[in-house]
Amino acid sequence: MESLQLPPIDYGALLPMLILFGAACLGVVAEVVTPQRARNAVQLGLALVAVVAALAAVVWQRGTRTVTIGGAVAVDGPTLFLQGSILVLGGVSLLLIGERSIEKGGAFVSQAAVTVGSQKDLQQAGGRPGATEVYPLTVFALGGMLLFVAANDLLTMFVALEVFSLPLYLLCALARRRRLLSQEAALKYFLLGSYASAFFLFGVAFVYGYAGGIQLEVVHEAVANPQRSEVLLYVGLAMVAIGLLFKAALAPFHVWTPDVYQGAPTPITAFMAACTKVAAFGALLRILYVAFEGVRWSFQPILGTIAVLTMFIGAVLAVTQTDLKRLLAYSSIANAGYLLVGVLALNEEGLSGTMFYLVAYGFSVLAAFAIISLVRDADGEATHLSRWAGIGRKSPLLAGVFTFILLTFAGIPLTSGFTSKFAVFGAAVEGGQTWLVIFGVITSMLLAFPYLRVVVLMWLSEPGESAPTVSIPGFLTSAVLGIGVIVTVALGVVPAPLIDLTREASEFVR
Amino acid sequence: MKDFPFLSILTALPLVGAAVVAFIPRTKAELAKIVALGWSLAVLVLSAVMWGAFTIGGDRFQFRESYAWIPSWDARLTFAADGIALVMLLLIAILFPVVILASWHDVDQSTRSAPAYFALLLAFEFTMIGVFAAADVFLFYVFFEIMLIPMYFIIGSFGSGQKQYAAVKFFLYSLVGGLFMLASVIGLWALGGHTFDFAELVKGTAQIDQNTARWLFLGFFVAFAIKAPFFPFHTWLPDSGGAAPAGAAALLVGVMDKVGTFGILRYCLSLFPEASRWFAPAAMVLAVIGIIYAALLAVGQNDLKRLVSYTSIAHFGFIGIGIFAFTTQAGTGAVLYMVNHGLATGLLFIVVGMFVARRGSALVSDFGGAGKLMPVLAGVLFFAGLASLALPGTAPFVSEFLVLIGTFSTHKGYAVVATLGIVLAAAYVLWMIQRTTQGTLNPALTEVPAMSKDITLREKAVVAPLILLLLVLGFYPKPVTDVINPAVQATMQDVGANDPVPAVEAGGKVGG
Repeated sequence: MESLQLPPIDYGALLPMLILFGAACLGVVAEVVTPQRARNAVQLGLALVAVVAALAAVVWQRGTRTVTIGGAVAVDGPTLFLQGSILVLGGVSLLLIGERSIEKGGAFVSQAAVTVGSQKDLQQAGGRPGATEVYPLTVFALGGMLLFVAANDLLTMFVALEVFSLPLYLLCALARRRRLLSQEAALKYFLLGSYASAFFLFGVAFVYGYAGGIQLEVVHEAVANPQRSEVLLYVGLAMVAIGLLFKAALAPFHVWTPDVYQGAPTPITAFMAACTKVAAFGALLRILYVAFEGVRWSFQPILGTIAVLTMFIGAVLAVTQTDLKRLLAYSSIANAGYLLVGVLALNEEGLSGTMFYLVAYGFSVLAAFAIISLVRDADGEATHLSRWAGIGRKSPLLAGVFTFILLTFAGIPLTSGFTSKFAVFGAAVEGGQTWLVIFGVITSMLLAFPYLRVVVLMWLSEPGESAPTVSIPGFLTSAVLGIGVIVTVALGVVPAPLIDLTREASEFVR
Repeated sequence: MKDFPFLSILTALPLVGAAVVAFIPRTKAELAKIVALGWSLAVLVLSAVMWGAFTIGGDRFQFRESYAWIPSWDARLTFAADGIALVMLLLIAILFPVVILASWHDVDQSTRSAPAYFALLLAFEFTMIGVFAAADVFLFYVFFEIMLIPMYFIIGSFGSGQKQYAAVKFFLYSLVGGLFMLASVIGLWALGGHTFDFAELVKGTAQIDQNTARWLFLGFFVAFAIKAPFFPFHTWLPDSGGAAPAGAAALLVGVMDKVGTFGILRYCLSLFPEASRWFAPAAMVLAVIGIIYAALLAVGQNDLKRLVSYTSIAHFGFIGIGIFAFTTQAGTGAVLYMVNHGLATGLLFIVVGMFVARRGSALVSDFGGAGKLMPVLAGVLFFAGLASLALPGTAPFVSEFLVLIGTFSTHKGYAVVATLGIVLAAAYVLWMIQRTTQGTLNPALTEVPAMSKDITLREKAVVAPLILLLLVLGFYPKPVTDVINPAVQATMQDVGANDPVPAVEAGGKVGG
């Protein structure tokens, strides 16, 4: 009997993920051993330290190009850049998650399983300290995302997908207010996410059948020298893609997005909008560029159609929204379409442009949701558009920041929204996908309308009768807002350093 | 002197001013106004010095500065001015202090913050100077888009009437145009050699195939035609002009709309010469329709500010035929028209604003015989109207005449139809003046105390420089045409147009 050989493991390359998973396990222990009063501070501190340490490890590993643990994990430029982005955005999200001063007890419920509307539920809505499990859950999700963008074989990718999805399903259900919406969101996300995972796994089986292996370079070689029926390949690719398109919220697999974004606690929505997007597109980039690059002519038109569909659905439905969180959800769908345009350029500019876009969008969207968490009334956040009328009169600073973020989303120059759109559109023209750019420009016109409507509402409308109050942001939320706005300005005015970084990082290892 | 970084300082100066004014507390409105006025005068002085340093007959582009910005796209902060940009920069520098002085009391009655208004005006000046000083297509696009934001808030927050509707319409129209241009800018970059430098692109676009170049031209042209605006993209202007405060409206038509015609001259013609020639007939037709159609609508207007907006659209038709006639004479006329129109329509808007501020209404029917109460102000309105209809002796006459004879030498038919526009201009201006200041006194006017207050000292200081310039340039336009002419010649060379040989004494040789 052949003895099982342990493959060589490059622990340095795995260090960021090891740190996060280790810290998440520690967090579970800390949940038990620390006293209730100190728990929040300890958990938040632990999570932040872990993220910073992992980030340091990523920086330390810069320049690494290696495939390790038997070909399961690839650490290269894109991996490290995307991991770094996820960590930075995740760290900022943790600040939002940790905010306790806006609402008594924080944005999270202490026991998710309590029946909605029961006496106990009302008690915990009244200000009992929220669950601190959210921190280890978030760190687990972050760890899974790091693995997801580094996965070099399809099964590792699937495992990573589950590792980061499961905590997210749970986190969605933990909103303190509007419990039913929150639970509905979690259930929807879980059910649809499970279907998507099933498709992904089924697709992996087909690809295995075609290529005789699940490692991306094996698939690449099989695509280059086809030996078996191409039906297996295309069915497999389609199903794998469905799993990823679902996570990236691309049409027609986007339907969960508005409900989940609306129902989930706002810090978690921000976390998903920023980090999940990076992870999903990171994996999509790797699969398309590394494994299936050889059949680009087959998938480019189909994914291109999906990109156009996504941009249109996101833009058109954003126009009709009356709830800010849903509006931002549709805007995030449209942005996923723009990102896919960058991916489909299938050249180095496309890769670097997409990575730039992910970072730029992540920071803006974090700031946007941070603002939404500040405008409140007795029932929690006042997300209905009509409640925001005339808010610029009372809180010019908040309205000014939100206006700036909306102009960023609309792609006005000197904001990161413009530079990132320019990066992906320029790459797509280079890659011969001019038609996608034309549709991208047309949908940008449509999408400007809902953003502008909010700006008009905030500045030019008269305030309503029962206007919501604007909370004074705590230190953590202020930090998120500050970071978001500064990065958005910086990437709009002096994008060169980050563009250079993405360019240096834009080579996959195979 | 030539090495002094004029253009970058000129661009940055108002931005700094805007930041300073924005931080003045609301309660010190008077201080904010004085700082804003002082700042815009400093810009004026600097641009006057720059005018002096410009070498007539020297390089086409002078005061060139270039700084690295986004190296991987080769987008640079490049500033340079040719004669056309130079006269526009000086026009901007003159109009802003005038408008700031004219808007002195605009915000006093409203609940909005006065420092914010003047900060927005200075921010708008920053974007205006930037857009004319940029010599890098990316930088130009950036300014082209961000100029919307200060104007949007000026109209939306400080306007009157349907200001929200007007502000949103303004923003969306311009943004749509801008996005068409964005598509073309990206295409230009990808196909024209991965650079945004204007001079490089002029060489680079020669390699782009004919069909693609026409599409790229169209992207730029639509953006500029909306901005100018040309028929049929004009519907936003009467709304914006009607809703904006009078001073801002003067800037809107006097300066901002010129970006459209300037953009056509600088970018459409020079970058896509073949496409420009191919589209020229269509552009001429649109321009001529604009002249007649807008003039007819202006005749029928009952709202003074909307009326002036429509006259402006008609004037842009003249500029349009001047550009697309492809003769140096018509081109020089068109650029001179841009300057004179800025002065004349700016003056008209400001004076109309004085009437509207006194009466509290912009409707023509709310006036009548106002000249009996305010003879001097009515006289100024009369002068502004005459300048606007291009009476000989005022500056617009020179430019209109140049455009028409320049066009006549190549496109007789268009020139003849456009001349009808002059007749209509007389109709809308004179009829408007008759209904507002002449005739029997509207008894309702005597009940408005402000209507008996003739022109104040501040208002005299506002209108005097404009009246003076209109007269001086009417009799002696040479200093301006000398600056414009070489730049227009260079543009006509880019587009490959040859001036027709003067056919006056050619006799039998013509028509052979």
